[in-house]
Amino acid sequence: MRNFLNLPPLASEHGQGVDNLLSYLHWLMVVLFVGWLIYFLFTLWRFNHKRNQKADYLGVRNHASSYLEVTVAGIEAALLLFVAIPLWAQRVDAFPSEEESTVLYISAQQFAWNARYAGADGTFGGQDMRFVSDTNVFGVDPEDAAGKDDVQVLNEIHVPVNKPVIAYISSKDVIHSFKVPAMRVTQDATPGLRIPIWFKPTKEGRFQIYCAQLCGNGHASMSQGFLVVESPEAYQQWLDSKVGAATSFE
Amino acid sequence: MQAETQSAPHHTAHQAHPDDLGFWRTYVFSIDHKVIGVQYAITALTFLLFGFFLMLMMRWQIARPGEPIPIVGSLLAAVLGDVAANGVMSPDLYNSFGAMHGTIMVFLAIVPLAVGAFGNYLVPIQIGANDMAFPKLNMMSYQLYFLGGVIMLTSFFIPGGAAQAGWTSYSPLATSIPTDGQTFWLIGMVFLITSSLLGSVNIITTIIQLRAPGLTWMRLPFHVWAQFTASFLLLLAFPPLETAGILQLMDKLAGTSFFLPTGLAIGGKLADVSGGGSPLLWQHLFWFLAHPEVYVLILPAMGIIAEVIACNTRKPLWGYRSLVYSALMIGFISFLVWAHHMYLTGMGTKIATFFQTTTMIISIPSVIILTCLLISLWGGSIRFNTPMLFALAFLPMFGIGGLTGLPLGFSASDIHLHDTYYVIGHFHYVVAPGTIFALFAGIYFWFPKITGRHMSEYWGRVHFWGSLLFMNLIFMPMFIQGMAGMLRRMSDGAVQYSELRVEGVTGTLSSTIIGLNQFILWAAAGLLLAQIPFIINFFWSIRHGQKVASDNPWEATTLEWQTPTPPPHGNFLRPPQVYRGPYEYSVPGYPKDFVPQDQPPG
Repeated sequence: MRNFLNLPPLASEHGQGVDNLLSYLHWLMVVLFVGWLIYFLFTLWRFNHKRNQKADYLGVRNHASSYLEVTVAGIEAALLLFVAIPLWAQRVDAFPSEEESTVLYISAQQFAWNARYAGADGTFGGQDMRFVSDTNVFGVDPEDAAGKDDVQVLNEIHVPVNKPVIAYISSKDVIHSFKVPAMRVTQDATPGLRIPIWFKPTKEGRFQIYCAQLCGNGHASMSQGFLVVESPEAYQQWLDSKVGAATSFE
Repeated sequence: MQAETQSAPHHTAHQAHPDDLGFWRTYVFSIDHKVIGVQYAITALTFLLFGFFLMLMMRWQIARPGEPIPIVGSLLAAVLGDVAANGVMSPDLYNSFGAMHGTIMVFLAIVPLAVGAFGNYLVPIQIGANDMAFPKLNMMSYQLYFLGGVIMLTSFFIPGGAAQAGWTSYSPLATSIPTDGQTFWLIGMVFLITSSLLGSVNIITTIIQLRAPGLTWMRLPFHVWAQFTASFLLLLAFPPLETAGILQLMDKLAGTSFFLPTGLAIGGKLADVSGGGSPLLWQHLFWFLAHPEVYVLILPAMGIIAEVIACNTRKPLWGYRSLVYSALMIGFISFLVWAHHMYLTGMGTKIATFFQTTTMIISIPSVIILTCLLISLWGGSIRFNTPMLFALAFLPMFGIGGLTGLPLGFSASDIHLHDTYYVIGHFHYVVAPGTIFALFAGIYFWFPKITGRHMSEYWGRVHFWGSLLFMNLIFMPMFIQGMAGMLRRMSDGAVQYSELRVEGVTGTLSSTIIGLNQFILWAAAGLLLAQIPFIINFFWSIRHGQKVASDNPWEATTLEWQTPTPPPHGNFLRPPQVYRGPYEYSVPGYPKDFVPQDQPPG
């Protein structure tokens, strides 16, 4: 079924669960639809008025359909309880500790992705909405010493492979949506909210970031964002090459 | 029998009517529910065609981004100016057309056709009433709808054009676009919502108060039940959106911040708003209407399908009570599922579990209704006329629409499919080959009652097979595109995300996936061609169609067929008395295979 669905390449740990759920659901859909369709087409042929001049007042007298409906509801309930809800809970509740993860802040803007790393000291400078301005996308506190070495990048977001990534998603202007199909992550970037997501990339590569929410006339062109997954060494080298400071790229 | 006897007096009644009131009060400012129903039908069908044209132009832009639109391109450039310079659709214009396609299809075409036209015309006659409970309110409802439509259309021609933030109009985008399109949209919506509220109050009161003697609740045609439930949804779900619309209008015009948070920096400078509002609040208020609205679209459609199927299988509907209870259950639960449109806004496990559970629960009554209709076919003597073809096609088409809702209803699988073309395919299967097919079935079915003439059966079949084929060719590829990750609302058909643009990137779209846009464009052109027989057939048949041989050409049982054709002002020549349920077809022991609801026993 996975081949049949032609899903995009997968490069995250939890993504397999998403793909499995998609497969189960499409099996259920195909079985139900084909079953219904066979019954439907047979009925149309069998009870064509040319073949069946006199209709039967009562029609079907058994309640097989009720059992079928209960079965379908049972399958849906099982998928919900044992697959979908645990999968979701793992996404939004079971966050790894920040010490063991790559932590970054992502802020969308029309029409690009900003990302912020803690820098060499591993500590983010304070953030407050009061400091948000056109030159300070994240609202970094200019007085906070911890923020001096923080790294900000535009569109090229690097993370190391096989280590959980925790990303705090927000936006500075309108609603965007941070979507990386290969990681099976999507999260609306809503101004005024900072929503954490996490995922564990399992393959190195350069992955397309999509904006999945209409964000204005440049929405279709907001395609310059890439999630670069690389070896820990290459990642560290990249991070060190960046000059710390809260700068903007507008 | 009864049918022929009624035809004679009706002519005098029909001819006397215009003489009494004059042209304006008969056709324009009419308070007759049938005239208002026809007004709704004509206006809504016009909007349906217009909404389709918007999408045709968008499909051209999606398939061939940056190329001038053929035929209408120069006209657009002349009328709309810079946004369509050289006949090329700019992203601004694309976003306008996208927002207005959705708005027009939902609020100006399909709901007015399903509830305004079919509800208005059929409900009073099917329950044996002379008219609506509040005829003047009914007239006002149509007029507000018309004005709302005029406001929406006008917004295309103001500087900057129509609204650009999608039919969902999410803040802050909706209020941050510096043109007046959104203002027009919001004012137009206030008119349309008010119109819907007046209409729904009227239908509810009429059904409760004006049923003919003997027409108990369980003898109501299923269509009446469906309209009853749909009207309750409109009545209860629309006020929050009307309120929200006015709040967003204040954000836009008066500098309030109901939906605008602190710290907005739009277009390179800090936005001049006080902040403290919540963009999520708008989404909640919007979807609290917009999900029940889906059932406002689908319930009357199911009602129409039930009538057409019962009549053309010549047997009672299977599980009438299950149908009724399922419709009511859908009505209740539809108020509890709205946030399944918002899984990816940052929803915790508890809330996501609640909305996933309600979403799965609401699928049960939908499945029951579909199953009852499918089982109703068994044992029938099925007549394959045009209305029946559309009604039958509704079943598998709505089936596809419903089933593809499953992976969207689970939050975990929605991660991958949210806002992709899979969603577009899903809800278009529900609304286009689903609801619109039901509406076509209804038009072909009741046309002889409304006009006294049949539409051409041959051209009806051409219309049906063309529509069925092209609808599927348009919407089926969208599932493939969506599964591959192609997103909706891309003004260039997602070429920026093509694998050809940059090498070595994973998760881009293959040329095959993007190439399907070409295929869909030509399928959409084919769908346009397939509608031409319908449009000609419709207008030609009003004057030249084959005349009906009796008042009850389909030999149906419900009350609307027991009136003169077309029904005169006041509908019935004498107050009907109802003796039995709505679908007494092929009753053993009766000489004919149908027993009208008002035929005395014995």
